Amino acid sequence: MKLIKNAAGRLVPLEANGLKQISFKGVNQYKPSGLKAKPPIRSCIDYPLDGNKVVKNLKEALSKSGLNDGMTISTHHHLRNGDALTNLLFDTIKRMGIKNLRWFPSASFPVHEHLIKYLEDGTIHHIEGSMNGPLGKFASEGKMRGTGVLRSHGGRYQAVQDGEVHIDIAVIASPTADEFGNANGVTGKSACGLLGFALADSEYADRVIVVTDNLVPFPCVPWQIQGNNVDFVVEVASLGDPTKIVSGTTEVTKSPDRLLIAEYVADFIEAAGIMKNGFSLQAGAGGTNLAFVLSLKEKMKANGIKARFMRGGSTKYLVEMLEEGLTDYILDGQTFDLEGVRSMRENPDHVNTSPFTSYNFHGKGNFASMVDVAVLGATEVDINFNANVVTHSDGYLLHGIGGWQNCLYSKCTILAIPSFRDRIPVIVDEVTTLCGPGELIDVIITERGIAINPLRKDLIKAVKKSSLPIKTIQEIKEEVDEICGGIPTKPKLDKDKVVAIVKWVDGTLLDSVFKVIS
Amino acid sequence: MKKIIRSSAGKRGETIRSDCYIELEIKSSGGIKIDINSKVKSMYGDSIFNFIKDMCRFFGIKHASILIEDSGALPFTLAARFELAVKRIFPEREKEFLLPFNKNNLYKTKKDRLRRSRLYLPGDEPKFFINAGLHSPDGIILDLEDSVAPSEKDAAQILVRNALRSVDFYGAERMVRINQLPKGLEDLKFVVPHNVHVILIPKCESASQVIETEEEIEHLKKAHKIKNEIFIMPILESALGIIKAYEIASASKNICALAIGLEDYTADIGTQRTLEGRESFFARSMLINAAKAAGVQAIDTVFSDVSDMEGLRQSVVEAKALGFEGKGCIHPRQIKIVHEAFSPNEEEIEKAKKIVLAFEEAEKKGLGVVSLGSKMIDPPVVKRALRTIELAVINNKILDNWRNEL
Repeated sequence: MKLIKNAAGRLVPLEANGLKQISFKGVNQYKPSGLKAKPPIRSCIDYPLDGNKVVKNLKEALSKSGLNDGMTISTHHHLRNGDALTNLLFDTIKRMGIKNLRWFPSASFPVHEHLIKYLEDGTIHHIEGSMNGPLGKFASEGKMRGTGVLRSHGGRYQAVQDGEVHIDIAVIASPTADEFGNANGVTGKSACGLLGFALADSEYADRVIVVTDNLVPFPCVPWQIQGNNVDFVVEVASLGDPTKIVSGTTEVTKSPDRLLIAEYVADFIEAAGIMKNGFSLQAGAGGTNLAFVLSLKEKMKANGIKARFMRGGSTKYLVEMLEEGLTDYILDGQTFDLEGVRSMRENPDHVNTSPFTSYNFHGKGNFASMVDVAVLGATEVDINFNANVVTHSDGYLLHGIGGWQNCLYSKCTILAIPSFRDRIPVIVDEVTTLCGPGELIDVIITERGIAINPLRKDLIKAVKKSSLPIKTIQEIKEEVDEICGGIPTKPKLDKDKVVAIVKWVDGTLLDSVFKVIS
Repeated sequence: MKKIIRSSAGKRGETIRSDCYIELEIKSSGGIKIDINSKVKSMYGDSIFNFIKDMCRFFGIKHASILIEDSGALPFTLAARFELAVKRIFPEREKEFLLPFNKNNLYKTKKDRLRRSRLYLPGDEPKFFINAGLHSPDGIILDLEDSVAPSEKDAAQILVRNALRSVDFYGAERMVRINQLPKGLEDLKFVVPHNVHVILIPKCESASQVIETEEEIEHLKKAHKIKNEIFIMPILESALGIIKAYEIASASKNICALAIGLEDYTADIGTQRTLEGRESFFARSMLINAAKAAGVQAIDTVFSDVSDMEGLRQSVVEAKALGFEGKGCIHPRQIKIVHEAFSPNEEEIEKAKKIVLAFEEAEKKGLGVVSLGSKMIDPPVVKRALRTIELAVINNKILDNWRNEL
């Protein structure tokens, strides 16, 4: 496979899965031109005039959609690890004898380990979407037929819009839907909050199948997915396991070290002057993130500060802030717990969003760059503030990008991470896989100190007089190397075998994931 | 007796972090065979392999079969576990495998330093050591006593020794709680040569126990040419200990503080420990009085409900009011609360400022007597005012250069 060095100095292939690739040119250096992709013209007279698009089962919907070898099938991940539909979908496809599909999920979860047998037998050719857990391991060991493609949530919308990925059939798990195809995620036994990740699919796919376990008479209100984009509706007994769709147990970390990191994050946001009336923030899930929200909440209360909006991944902690009047709005990308679902259903100030509003590179602007501070995680950060979220230091692909790349555009991007995990340094010389260019990453907050990107002279100045433990990233790295007993050996990778490519938000190739030699 | 040729050391299992399990079997031929199972194998597999080979050479082991199940143990833990496996087969071997001293671990302590918080660290749990100092306790206690299972006392001795050399506690006073005497005297040789600052004697009931401990410390200091000061903190945890508080507190000039242990004390007097603490009021007052009479600090017991932060705060406020200067912590999250609760209030700070200024004024003028208005101020009051100012500064209540702001 021919590889070239891109503008970030990383080796990337010229083509993947038979498609020509454009290498990363630098942040904000590449803008595709021309017209956006477009779905085929449909006419209402081809659909039942009574609006009833219900067909017998998934197989019939797939057949009527013209399912064929080599097609692209999309799914969304709002049901997270409780998703039963995707597995059912590929069981059905397998029985239909279809081969060589491109699976285009917005993310995958450990529950999708079930699909490994279809990757092995060629039902699925390759995955374009996050590969978490077992699927990541499968791909890392070079067992997938095609090359995996990793995109951010915004990058997925961009790829659909600029025609890089054409979806043949979108299958949209919908906790509530009517027979016309209007659908939402806030009601029904499998309620997951919202369906924003399926929005592009519903608008751009050739055929759209809505699958629900709660079919209601028209109209299904609210409708985040519009029935006017939907071809077929299928009713199934169950979309999945509700206890795993929303865990209901998203809890703050109890680890004193993670709590210390969370406290430093809140202290930093206050000391840097970011926490002021009308500010905005993005918080993800994960124990440390929840904890920082709680610390910040105390500070906001003590100082009489109110935010204009908060972006989630919503949890009960963000909901409490909304209900206690500490923020005017929650602009929510996905809902992590039952309180988040309830709030979205009941409170008009808890607003559903989508990658289009939040992250899309081909939008006329997006929310991500308007956020005052985003607090994110990472698996590795290097001394130039470049960060990795998809592979671990052992080279294995274990996480997706999610909205992480998109959020780097916030006015202040903070990575809140431990400086090492067990014996594995998180602050390294060079990241195993580059997912985020250092120029967009402003602050690294660890339990051993806070490193501010030298490019952000304003932030350095703002916290100069604080009592925060400000260090250089090099200092933190040296301390960690000493604790861990020296610089770890790099994983053994087969540089001739690219198992996955990492796209930047604009669709260019930022880095490659290589096969792990085990 | 059949010769032991196999041993094991350390911990394994799904929930284990930052530790490892080692099996060692001495063979008569075949060289060294090392089998490593580690979650950091791709990063540190070679390093672990070479490290164990070096240790085999050091201990003169030529033929052995070694199994290592590693859950991310840091070098100081790996070394401790392997040394233990060796010593469990060859208990007579005195040789110690010492890692180089971390250059940050050479700092000293002072008899009257702040001891508001002391964080207990179970001596056989390396995962708690690594980040303990980051939570800024005034002191950390590596515990060889109650938190260590009887079967792992030997493990904790070696691990604590290695930790004193390798783990950076970021300026916290380095304390070790030894076992009850006489076993505790054995513990001393694992810690005295490695820059321990304070030895805690549990269940202390007599001046002679202090003297015995001190003599062993002196003996070891001489043998190892140790120059740094090592202080002693007896913990009084029984009716007898409390009654002898003054005798104990004044047994040695190296005593820096008396601590009280209320779990055992309340059991000893046949009652239950309550939140209100009326059952221990006498003991606490007795200990405080004895400590102050001997010119040492009085340190309160631990607060054992780690989820009740408000209860902790109140208990520190009460302890402070009684005359205690420190509190035991069993969780890092307690430290901040303890420090806040021990910090002086505004009224105390203002009063202390006036006293300190009057004292400095008197010194400048060469006056023997400090007076504020028409009142004479005694030296202990000045001393306390200076401590109040120190506490106010470290709690960010006043600036270091507060005099300039007057």
